Amino acid sequence: MSSDRDYQVIGSRPIRHDGVDKVTGRAQYGADIQFADLLYGKILRSPLAHARVRSIDCSRALKIPGVMAVVTSEDFPDPIDKVSDLEGTTGTLSNVLARGKVLYTGHALAAVAATSVQVAEEALNAIDVDYEPLTPVLDVQEAMQDEAVLLHEELYTDVVGGEKSDRPSNIAKHLQFEMGDVEKGFAEADVIVEQEFTTATVHQGYIEPHNATAFWNADGQLTVWTSTQGAFEVRQQLSDMLHLPVSSIKVVPMEIGGGFGGKISVYLQPVAAVLSRKTGKPVKLVMTRQEVFEATGPTPASYIRVKMGARQDGTIAAATAWMAYEAGAFPGSPIAPGCMCVFAPYVIENGLIDGFDVVVNKPKTNAYRAPGATNAAFASETVVDEICQQLEMDPLEFREKNAAHEGERRIDGPVWPRIGCMETVQSARKHSHYQAPLEGPNRGRGVATGFWFNAGLQSSVHASVNTDGTVNLVEGSTDIGGTRASIAMQMAEVLGISAEEVHPSVVDTDSVGYTAVTGGSRTTFATGHAAFEAATDIKQQMMARAALIWEVESDQILFDKGVFSVTDESDRSFTFQELAGQLDETGGSVIGRASVNPPGVGGAFCTNIVDVEVDIETGKVEILRFTALQDAGKAIHPAYVEGQMQGGSVQGIGWALNEEYYYDEKGRMLNSSLLDYRLPTSLDLPMIDTEIIEVPNPGHPFGVRGVGEVPIVPPPAAIANAIFQATGIRMKTLPMNPARMLESILDASQ
Amino acid sequence: MKSIDYAAPQTLQDAIALLAEGSGKSQVLAGGTDVIVQFREGRKALDILIDIKRIPDLNVMDFDSDKGLTLGAGVPCCVVCETPEIKARYPGLVDAASLVGGTAIQSRATIGGNVCNASPAADTIPALIVHRAICNIQGPNGDREVPIESFCTAPGKNVLGEGELLVSFSLPVPVARTSAHYLRFIPRNEMDIAVVGAAASVTVDGSKKRFLSGSVSLGAVAPTPLLVDEAASILTDSEISDETVEKVCVAAQAAAAPISDMRGTARQRKHLSGVLTRRAIQKAIARIE
Amino acid sequence: MSITRASRKLHVVTQLNGQETEFLCAPHESLLEVLRDELHLTGTKEGCNNGNCGACSVILNGRLVNACLVMAAEVEGAEITTIEGLAPTDPGTLSIDRLHPLQQKFLEHAALQCGVCTPGFLVASKALLDRNPNPTEQEVRLWLAGNLCRCTGYDKIVRAILDTVKTGHQH
Repeated sequence: MSSDRDYQVIGSRPIRHDGVDKVTGRAQYGADIQFADLLYGKILRSPLAHARVRSIDCSRALKIPGVMAVVTSEDFPDPIDKVSDLEGTTGTLSNVLARGKVLYTGHALAAVAATSVQVAEEALNAIDVDYEPLTPVLDVQEAMQDEAVLLHEELYTDVVGGEKSDRPSNIAKHLQFEMGDVEKGFAEADVIVEQEFTTATVHQGYIEPHNATAFWNADGQLTVWTSTQGAFEVRQQLSDMLHLPVSSIKVVPMEIGGGFGGKISVYLQPVAAVLSRKTGKPVKLVMTRQEVFEATGPTPASYIRVKMGARQDGTIAAATAWMAYEAGAFPGSPIAPGCMCVFAPYVIENGLIDGFDVVVNKPKTNAYRAPGATNAAFASETVVDEICQQLEMDPLEFREKNAAHEGERRIDGPVWPRIGCMETVQSARKHSHYQAPLEGPNRGRGVATGFWFNAGLQSSVHASVNTDGTVNLVEGSTDIGGTRASIAMQMAEVLGISAEEVHPSVVDTDSVGYTAVTGGSRTTFATGHAAFEAATDIKQQMMARAALIWEVESDQILFDKGVFSVTDESDRSFTFQELAGQLDETGGSVIGRASVNPPGVGGAFCTNIVDVEVDIETGKVEILRFTALQDAGKAIHPAYVEGQMQGGSVQGIGWALNEEYYYDEKGRMLNSSLLDYRLPTSLDLPMIDTEIIEVPNPGHPFGVRGVGEVPIVPPPAAIANAIFQATGIRMKTLPMNPARMLESILDASQ
Repeated sequence: MKSIDYAAPQTLQDAIALLAEGSGKSQVLAGGTDVIVQFREGRKALDILIDIKRIPDLNVMDFDSDKGLTLGAGVPCCVVCETPEIKARYPGLVDAASLVGGTAIQSRATIGGNVCNASPAADTIPALIVHRAICNIQGPNGDREVPIESFCTAPGKNVLGEGELLVSFSLPVPVARTSAHYLRFIPRNEMDIAVVGAAASVTVDGSKKRFLSGSVSLGAVAPTPLLVDEAASILTDSEISDETVEKVCVAAQAAAAPISDMRGTARQRKHLSGVLTRRAIQKAIARIE
Repeated sequence: MSITRASRKLHVVTQLNGQETEFLCAPHESLLEVLRDELHLTGTKEGCNNGNCGACSVILNGRLVNACLVMAAEVEGAEITTIEGLAPTDPGTLSIDRLHPLQQKFLEHAALQCGVCTPGFLVASKALLDRNPNPTEQEVRLWLAGNLCRCTGYDKIVRAILDTVKTGHQH
């Protein structure tokens, strides 16, 4: 299998199967669901960032006409054990509804179901909570101090070596990865750069707020309709939290308006379920935008120190990173992936990485597209750039010299299989963007490279052949970015039919085998692999039918580009469609199936080239030109691969230039609206140019590597490096918004 | 969110009567782009929305060669931007109206609403100030006029008394060889609230070598939009030069009294007051044919 | 002059997607709520409910507006176009050929990923082309600055609209 192969369907750009519904407004997203007899739910949230909850009195609320039920954490069974609840292995029930303590402003405490949203809101105002305020901890470095106020008295640090610390701490985990001898390495270095960086909390920014509608039937069967990246994941979390067997729960995934990692954990679903159980009616909850910001799962703020030493010839001698990530109110920041990605684009013999998962009184963080990697790359790619500056070496040449490649070992342990890091860097060097002169004052060009390892995990599909030669493909991967198409295309390729002749459906958890989340850049890879296997199953069954019809042995049947024929060189043949028309008489329907957990995951690299212009009187940074070069292994549907690259790049641009959670000293987020949490608009951007590089992944039948996440990793560093070229100023804090940029410019001129 | 009443009076008298009986809890609804948000977020306690869009007096756009422009307070930003006579005579106002929110906001937001909302960062107010606008107010006790620079009294507060309605603006006929410009600084390129706003109007002599007069107004650097008095004196009968403009910028910076908040720092705003004043004056000069 | 009291509903008659449509609404309800919950036209989406994301874009009396910032009571006698009214309303099969050119181009250019912002962008783009049939890229970007997309980075959306301009969008 090679990327030069002459594919019939793969690499083309068919119209996506759900496209017409989505451009006509017919597609049903979670909030669009409507039932007769529906009740509306609303959640009471803590106004304090840290407090003990002495009591919750719902009696006044229950008296309001139209209020049908009020629930608190008392309406949930206790978590199986406190430690696993804390560490999120059971989905952190205490985050869904607080138990005993509120740990961030916006933390849910209670919920109401009523006949209208208005009545539900009125009821919230009638719930009386007695809080004992505590001092909030709002900064990662402060939280790590010995004398810091503790969020969880029962949280001890998992220290390096597998033990636990002897006193409780806000540090949930200390990870360490080591290779070689960094002291010896730094001694060999001709240039050493050490810098520290801070990044602010940012949100995935999906346009569709969270939603859930639940109906707990009188027979104990619970159905939940929700926009989610993983219906089976929701089912499992509900099972854990409600102590219900998974067979009693059906999750129906509605269309989803963006996720980026933030719609995997449950927030509303368990609350909707218990409200429905209490009222006997379906209950719908939809978050407001303010709730989305304050009470879902943004990505960590962080403090990172990186030190790197290089020899005069441009080879890296040693590198260390000290990285502390804010987990929010409960442990579980993506510090581990951050540590694994920080130096991934480079071969480094001597490395030491320390990572800390630290709780603070902010919402519990969650996955955001290559979680943990963007923070790390901002730091490490800036240091690399400074090293190049001091060595007077072209930054892409430096990357080529040190590029990670097959057979080398990453600092955290794994040996690289075939990867495309070198290829993205080489392509960047040759790209017309990099060759184009950049003229004018206060303009600069920057580059950066990022990595994400991508996931495999389980997917199941089944598919049945219709007598007209089309195939109904049933799968469980919710479609956030065109994966119905990319999965159908892989089946179509095997069967020699067109993409349009495969009819994909995304179904509920009762109707398809276990399928892991649409996330981790795994869907085109793993569910596509399942579709490939199911198609192979269909092909073999069809070949057996042809053999039956032609009265030959199965191993005499040939199949190529959708045509069945016989090795005896007679001119007997069937197209797929013709043979499908004969299935009823030859034994009945043909149904193919597959369940996979493919081990051959391919990681992905992305290199950015960005040109900026800085208005040095105002500090505003304009992106003049942006190019992303990424190894996709094999682009099944190139338009949607380009789309992932462009979307991730623009999220990275927003992260770099304007997005942040702005807190007051009491731990209240002041900018929890799309007015002051500034996502890039169409007017803030140029076209985002992309180049898809294909270094096939040996672990997938068509060579696919996940593409969705890595694009968000390099942009902040690339932009910071461009700003340095434009102004001579190294920005070490994200976001590099105009206020900070101007302060740096004014400070530099004094 | 509590229940409210709604009325859509068709005459000024009916509107004033409704406002007067509302005991402070009646709210004028024009474009709604501020009021609806505030009501929904519980930031405004109100009993009744009084939709004034059907009242002819609030929708006038009347040009008179002596009296100038009478602009109804209910005229939306988009209409202001599309009216060539306004663009020709009061370009600063068109600059401002084209910057309020984005396309969909400008379809609804009105000049009067932007003024009555009295945000320190309102875009239209500095532009109206340098265009020397007068606010025409009617109420249960009769009519009165208030110069625009005195209309706002504190963040979110204005001079309107109980039962009073801002009906229209009067903008005088501009003197020959005059033009104006409004610009603002925002972190993105659209949709943001001004970090600093600056409007300048200049009148030059026939040789285009001297300022005859001028006016500078700043937004978002004080509790209300500012008229920079010293700028007017510097721009009276002075040479058009970088030095003169620089003096105006220094005066503007001195007049600015900004705070630090989540939209900007005091240091940043002080600095931008000077930068934007210069850019506003330069663009105003460039517009004079 | 009539005042609608909070305890009573208002009867509103509009021209919605070319059809005379009436509904009852409480004074506090927005046009967005009425479209979705009363009239079951859920193509118009809620993203922020305060005029900052454009997911609720509709055309009101020929102007692009955010339905979340229009009270339902205000649309008496008005003409409204929503996403559901973009494609031609000829009876018969809705095949790909029967979409508005903008819808067709969005599909061809893969100008949508999750699709939740797409109705808003399509309505906003139609409002643009109705007013300015030949916009430049900058004019497109400026017009659409109030419509947020988090998935696409806007590139393919802008290309789809410019392609619609080039290949003719008279409908």
